[in-house]
Amino acid sequence: MKHFWDETLECMDRARRRELQNERLLKLVDRVYKRVPYYRAKMGETGLLPSDIKSLDDLQKLPFLTKIDLRDTYPFSMFAVPMDEIVRIHASSGTTGKPTVVGYTAADIALWSEVMARTLSSAGVTKKSFMQVSYGYGLFTGGLGAHYGAERVGASVIPTSVGNTQRQIQLMHDFGSTHIACTPSYALFIAEMIEEMGFNLGEFKLQAGTFGAEPWTENMRKEIESRLRIKAYDIYGLSEIIGPGVSFECEHQKGLHINEDYFYPEIIDPDTGKVLPEGSMGELVFTTLTKEGMPLIRYRTKDITSLTYGTCACGRTLVRMNKPQGRSDDMLIIRGVNVFPSQVEEVLLKTGGISPHYLIVVDRVNNLDTMEVKVELTDAMFSDSVKGIEALERRIASSLDSVLGIAAKVTLVEPKSITRSEGKAVRVIDNRKLL
Amino acid sequence: MYVKQISVFVENKKGRLAEITKLLAENDIDISALSIADTTDFGILRLIVNKPEEAQKALKENGFAVKETKVIAIGVEDKPGGLAVALKALDDAQIGIEYMYAFVGKNDNEALVILRVEEQQKAVEVLGGCGVRVLSSDQVYSL
Repeated sequence: MKHFWDETLECMDRARRRELQNERLLKLVDRVYKRVPYYRAKMGETGLLPSDIKSLDDLQKLPFLTKIDLRDTYPFSMFAVPMDEIVRIHASSGTTGKPTVVGYTAADIALWSEVMARTLSSAGVTKKSFMQVSYGYGLFTGGLGAHYGAERVGASVIPTSVGNTQRQIQLMHDFGSTHIACTPSYALFIAEMIEEMGFNLGEFKLQAGTFGAEPWTENMRKEIESRLRIKAYDIYGLSEIIGPGVSFECEHQKGLHINEDYFYPEIIDPDTGKVLPEGSMGELVFTTLTKEGMPLIRYRTKDITSLTYGTCACGRTLVRMNKPQGRSDDMLIIRGVNVFPSQVEEVLLKTGGISPHYLIVVDRVNNLDTMEVKVELTDAMFSDSVKGIEALERRIASSLDSVLGIAAKVTLVEPKSITRSEGKAVRVIDNRKLL
Repeated sequence: MYVKQISVFVENKKGRLAEITKLLAENDIDISALSIADTTDFGILRLIVNKPEEAQKALKENGFAVKETKVIAIGVEDKPGGLAVALKALDDAQIGIEYMYAFVGKNDNEALVILRVEEQQKAVEVLGGCGVRVLSSDQVYSL
């Protein structure tokens, strides 16, 4: 059984696809140059004109974009269409206080549905399937992305979103969900809860799941597969590019196929910015060839990986990326949420009277990520009352929650108890051992 | 009338209290009363010592977060109901007690107690009015 959504495009001859990509790139550069003053100015720095870009071979001449650029154009200055045409706005964490904003036109939403339909079809979702979407719905792109893809395929979508796990499981059992989309850690949490609730796995119809939005290991895959008795597929995406649907695994699971007819990938040296030869490990960069709302040219994902070209055993000619092996910045992904240490620092500075000495400790307990922020107490913060200190901890925790979007445990520690390092301060201890 | 109390923030880690008491000993500081309020992660050690300024200085120099708080020291009759007299008087005057603890030693026929209350000034008047002895700071530091 072949699991294609669009066999023609997914298995297209590579030379033909390159023509398509070339064509799309030229239109994209022209459009962005005309409609996004910020990028036009960036191109102007080297005197570059759209006419200098004749094919993908010239892509390297174009300047990169990063999260910093998105922050500088907050909220809407990177959009390439009038706001009238924007039908959706999503947001995720930025490097500092301001979130990263993305806008979609109706055509972008259709594109998103299309690439997610490919993603889910590859994992065996059909119109006969019952698709439970247990990614969060909201500003986070996970829930709605999976939702659109499943609807496009024609599956019966059950939009449970994340949380209220016992009810999720009850519905999964009663409705006979065949597929699930959620973070890998939530999948394991569900598995545990099924055992705790005393259900027999034989009563479920679950066949496969598409998991992403956070780093996970082969061991976690094996655990999910054996505990839920399903096949687990890795998916990859970032909201800046589209959300989930940037790349996905096929049944052979030898890397993730990038929907490169829409999102053109490059691998660069993160230090020099030079494009690296085929097969090299480096930073993944995307150009959104057809996006209208917020097209990005050479957007640096900060994810470190490598690309594999050539036809896959599944028949797809879509280039494959390996599971990201790390990041070229200090971003943490905790319970699917992007967290930058700089955001934590900003919250602490704003809270006032707090020392700038802190340590973020990330761990995975019972398959769920935990985050603890240790902050050194100063005389100014110390109030001689247990209530006062606990209230301060709660105040910091609630500011962190509202900025980061995830709960963190705040622990005040003695002055000078956090190790001072020479040079770059150690701000993060990640005990999850994901890579 | 008020007594200076030194509060020290202490993480729940092995050896912290030993370190604090050693530090005070090295500086020839005598502890006359102490208490610990604790939670799972941290505690607050409250001390009455003979040389509060020096104690603060030594602790701060060694990286502890320290706070000085003014508290009331009282002497009550050392017999059943002795303390009850004082606390009933405060309750009648609707003065809440944040915390209290007893001294390590005691005077003849008198038990000594440290009180931290909401309205210190009023508390001192109330206590004086019902025959409870309120100790001066000099009396306390020289204990």
